[in-house]
Amino acid sequence: MLKILKYSFYDLMRSRWSYVYFLFYLILGFVLLFLNNDVDKAVITLMNIIIVLTPLIGTIFGVMYYYNSKEFTELLLAQPIKRSKIFMGQYLGISISLTLSLVLGLGIPFVLYGLFKSAAIFNFSLLLVVGTFLNFIFVALSYNIALSTENKIKGFGYAILMWLFLAVIYDGIFLISLVVFNSYPLDKFSLIATMFNPIDLSRILILLKLDISALLGYTGAVFRKFFGTNFGMFISMGVLVLWVLLPVLRMNLKLRKKDF
Amino acid sequence: MIEFKNLHKRFGKLVVLDGLDLEISKGGIFAILGPNGSGKTTLIKCLLGMVIPNKGDIIFDKKSVLDKWAYRNNLNYLPQIANFPPNLTVIELINMVKNLRPKDSDTEELIELFGLKSSLDKKLGNLSGGTKQKVNIVLAFMFDSDLIVLDEPTNGLDPIALIHLKEIIQKEKDKGKTILITTHIMSFVDEVADEIVFLLDGKIYFKGTIEALKKQTNNDNLEHAIANLIAKQYA
Repeated sequence: MLKILKYSFYDLMRSRWSYVYFLFYLILGFVLLFLNNDVDKAVITLMNIIIVLTPLIGTIFGVMYYYNSKEFTELLLAQPIKRSKIFMGQYLGISISLTLSLVLGLGIPFVLYGLFKSAAIFNFSLLLVVGTFLNFIFVALSYNIALSTENKIKGFGYAILMWLFLAVIYDGIFLISLVVFNSYPLDKFSLIATMFNPIDLSRILILLKLDISALLGYTGAVFRKFFGTNFGMFISMGVLVLWVLLPVLRMNLKLRKKDF
Repeated sequence: MIEFKNLHKRFGKLVVLDGLDLEISKGGIFAILGPNGSGKTTLIKCLLGMVIPNKGDIIFDKKSVLDKWAYRNNLNYLPQIANFPPNLTVIELINMVKNLRPKDSDTEELIELFGLKSSLDKKLGNLSGGTKQKVNIVLAFMFDSDLIVLDEPTNGLDPIALIHLKEIIQKEKDKGKTILITTHIMSFVDEVADEIVFLLDGKIYFKGTIEALKKQTNNDNLEHAIANLIAKQYA
């Protein structure tokens, strides 16, 4: 598996898009820091971008890589390697190279700006951890979609829809339901609904760490009570891990019956 | 050496292999023929473990291959479409495949033979279809395995490369290897194959030597003899 991982990783590291992605974060980091002149504010702006962008890029890279390397995967399948190892290697290769673009692209400007002397280092690290989770989650989800869809265009469409749903539509439904049912106690509902969407979960995790939860109003207090504690942090990290593990598990189950 | 037992495969409603039984003995060149969509590639992919049959068993070297992977170390495969990661160079790809198999390989001679020396450092994405097919052939023949499976090996090759390909196939046969070939080029079959396996409607319709086929169909020309077999399907 490590060999496959290595080659997928090299292959991606050499493609133009990995550099474009890396440069994008690099420029973004520099611009935010030197325009804002405030690490805390830069972290908040970055959060808004990362939370929408990393899932999108992870989804697109995952689907594209799967379909583009289809024939090559067939070559690998004819080698004496276990099926699941081939796909796990590819999956980790994509996720790690995307994560590297993110961490290096944002890390370099922040380190140069003097992150280590600032108190924002924990918030910033949390941001990177969440970004990494989102990469692993969305590459796994998109690989699932690609594995289940023979047609490239359809697969691409489903993957983008999945992203759109989790990044935009889910929030809309969530808000509408809060308005419609506002005469009922909603704290448990909103907590649970948040858990079912990795993007929402990541957003709230960061917002609460940033001490701006007052912006969230009444529900903010409920969230604060839950996520602010170590227990809440532990649970939400656990849920993020589940969001990685479950799609990976399904990938392996799907692979056992798939024809190439 | 290989035994397909009562093999069934359906893709949705489409029945591709319908209780296929086939035994292939060790040594020699076997051409798997049949009209388009007769299940040639599916049969090969079942053997390789890429397509999972609905029913039946495949025995290779006295062991079932279903759900296994280690047996593929004794098997070389040339896929129909040669498409590689565009960002790797030819030599990197060759080294990678070498790296994936715990086995000795011989590439020098093959690279020389197909004139790939000047392309070794080129990226695979920049190669022409024919050159990619040559790389594909190098990958398929560089290991010393008992079974070699070639799916449309002549695709896109120039005449010189084709002559070299025939030479290699002959050489491997002389070493006692078993070689399975699917192709639509009948002159190629006539030249290299020892035995023909003809697939129709997911079953073996004919298995035997070229001579036997010509006799059975009362035809001196292999192309016409095969056309004769296929015509029955259209009738």
